[in-house]
Amino acid sequence: MSDLMKVSSNPHVRSKTDTGSIMLTVVIALLPAAGFGIYNFGLDALILILVTVASTVLTEFLFEKVCKRKVTIGDYSAVVTGLLLAMNLPASAPWWIGVVGGVFAILVVKMLFGGLGQNFMNPALGGRCFLLISFTSIMTNFDCDAYAGATPLANLKSGEAVCILDMVVGRTAGTIGETSMIAIVIGACILILMGIIDLRIPGSYIVSFVIFISIFGSHGLNWAYISAHLAGGGLMLGAFFMATDYVTRPITKNGQYLFGILLGILTGIFRIFGPSSEGVSYAIIIGNLLVPLIEKITLPTAFGKGGARV
Amino acid sequence: MAKLTFKGGIHPYDGKELSKDKPIKAVLPKGDLVYPLSQHIGAPAKPIVEKGDHVLTGQKIAEAGGFVSAPVYATVSGTVKAIEPRRVVTGDNVMSIIVENDGLYEEVEYPKVKPLEEMTREEIIERIKEAGIVGMGGAGFPTFIKLSPKEPEKIDYVIANCAECEPYLTSDYRRMLEEPEKLVDGIKVYLKLFENARAILAVEDNKPDCIELLKKLTKDEPRISVKALKTKYPQGAERQIIYAAAGRSINSSMLPADAGCVVNNVDTIVAVYHAVYEGKPLMNRIVTVTGDAVADPRNFIVRIGTNYHELVEEAGGFKKEPVKIVSGGPMMGFGIFDLNVPTTKTASALLCLTEDDVSRMEPSACINCGRCVEACPSRLVPSMLADYAEHYEEEEFLSHDGMECCECGCCSFVCPAKRSLTQSIKSMRKMQLAKKKK
Repeated sequence: MSDLMKVSSNPHVRSKTDTGSIMLTVVIALLPAAGFGIYNFGLDALILILVTVASTVLTEFLFEKVCKRKVTIGDYSAVVTGLLLAMNLPASAPWWIGVVGGVFAILVVKMLFGGLGQNFMNPALGGRCFLLISFTSIMTNFDCDAYAGATPLANLKSGEAVCILDMVVGRTAGTIGETSMIAIVIGACILILMGIIDLRIPGSYIVSFVIFISIFGSHGLNWAYISAHLAGGGLMLGAFFMATDYVTRPITKNGQYLFGILLGILTGIFRIFGPSSEGVSYAIIIGNLLVPLIEKITLPTAFGKGGARV
Repeated sequence: MAKLTFKGGIHPYDGKELSKDKPIKAVLPKGDLVYPLSQHIGAPAKPIVEKGDHVLTGQKIAEAGGFVSAPVYATVSGTVKAIEPRRVVTGDNVMSIIVENDGLYEEVEYPKVKPLEEMTREEIIERIKEAGIVGMGGAGFPTFIKLSPKEPEKIDYVIANCAECEPYLTSDYRRMLEEPEKLVDGIKVYLKLFENARAILAVEDNKPDCIELLKKLTKDEPRISVKALKTKYPQGAERQIIYAAAGRSINSSMLPADAGCVVNNVDTIVAVYHAVYEGKPLMNRIVTVTGDAVADPRNFIVRIGTNYHELVEEAGGFKKEPVKIVSGGPMMGFGIFDLNVPTTKTASALLCLTEDDVSRMEPSACINCGRCVEACPSRLVPSMLADYAEHYEEEEFLSHDGMECCECGCCSFVCPAKRSLTQSIKSMRKMQLAKKKK
């Protein structure tokens, strides 16, 4: 026995969960959607996913090497960003789109603001919106071998009929990871069961969105219309995987409900009144910007300081 | 019925199986005994013996040094060897009386006691004060002060804190199994002091055998009830147990008495029993010696002042090399760098671990996951408070209720980035409390 022991402040035991294990779980939860995307869109999708993930991880690695910082790619957060970004790209996009988006997401949105935990905007969505504005035609071209023409949500907006069963299963045009509601919900269940996320944000997001489109969607409480909106576009992927991103959502419990409601309303506005049929990405990044304010007004009341039973 | 509990909290590995099934064993000290004069919150006790004096077991060797203070008693017979600073578990050097044990254990004659029914309120409180009893769960607040609120008739609940929510600790569990009558009789002293109060024995539901036993013992006592609380750390924290057992909530600037409650833990109540029914001062306590480094983990009844080395020896020594030794439980205990320290009134356990989570896990950036917010029993935002503390943003720290933190350690435990949140918040709180005192 050595003469001196290790000392530290309490507590002396720590849970086994760490940042790496959380991020790895998110990667695993994204695999059903990614797998379906590859099945649906073919080899192009696989290549695009690999290129995008490689570019995000490599960007983080090189940035930290150049800045002589500790390399943090081992926490898998760059993998999550790359995978999420790839999910948001159309399979028809050329490989360099993934590289440009990945570099922008990691370098500009994440690392320049201080790295993991410091970015105020979801890096994957920042990257996607950058690409959407810069390379609009590539990013909105959903023509591929399997499907020709517009996404079901665009069809819905222009008043055409959509097949809801296809949308739920995912056999439609769209970005790689967003088409299959089933695959996304399987991933979401993994996240919920593993305790990575809870239903506060996705629940309030989806409920408030449904209420909004029922009021303003000019179809009233039309089951088919609402289901098409839920299954179509990036809503499910956004609600379960991107709005719940720890870094860019409020940390307070009530703030999370408020954040979800805000996203539901914004998505409704963008989808119904905006020029595009989509709106989830923009809704979430605008929501991200409001997080500090939301946190400020939703700070919890300390135990014994009113609110609770006395 | 819904389980009695509170919001937040955590479920760490509890390690209680290591020591829970072995009966308590008495330890007779062999070496010198060290009695720090500060084993409680408040003014240090004043020595009333000198170097060379012969003392007997149960003899008072230091008297209370102020109102908030407590006397200290010799726990063996022998000779006062020195009065000098000695290191205690917190790492501080504290003025201590050192007694060389003569191995005879000659006892003083304890004062005669009247039956409880004939004692007045003042007599009971004086007994408890004279016995040097302090909160033995860790805080070390002199018990007689807790028992003398301004309006004793307004106390509605006397809560016996039998939660024992700290992982690894089984001392209260063994006490309840082996001497439940002392706990029940001890609680009757409290009921005598607070005539309008009802007593709640609040036990975590991971001890069903204790709950059953206590229920059986108290079935004819209309004023005493046994309540099962949900097993969750920190269920035994004062504010949390009041909330769970009595449904009342207090904040850091209130005393339990403000909510009509008095809370004491098992060992303290048993000490009250010894003082009131037997006239004996506080001389020993139960210590759980456990951890994966210890050969034979179990509970010991230990004379206060006994060196920790002797406790480890009694537990069969180390079977593996310990890396971390903690005085107290893993969540709120003190990491010690040297075993050469004495058992004090507040030492509940000696935990010897072969792995140190804290030095093994390197802190990284906060990912804002919110686990600390979910876990915080005081309903704070620990990640923000730790940032304010680290940047020394006093005003923000105070306006975000940093002083409401109870330092339970839940936030650091759950943090996936392995940040030492509790430590940062605790240091800031200490600074603020020191400032207030000035």
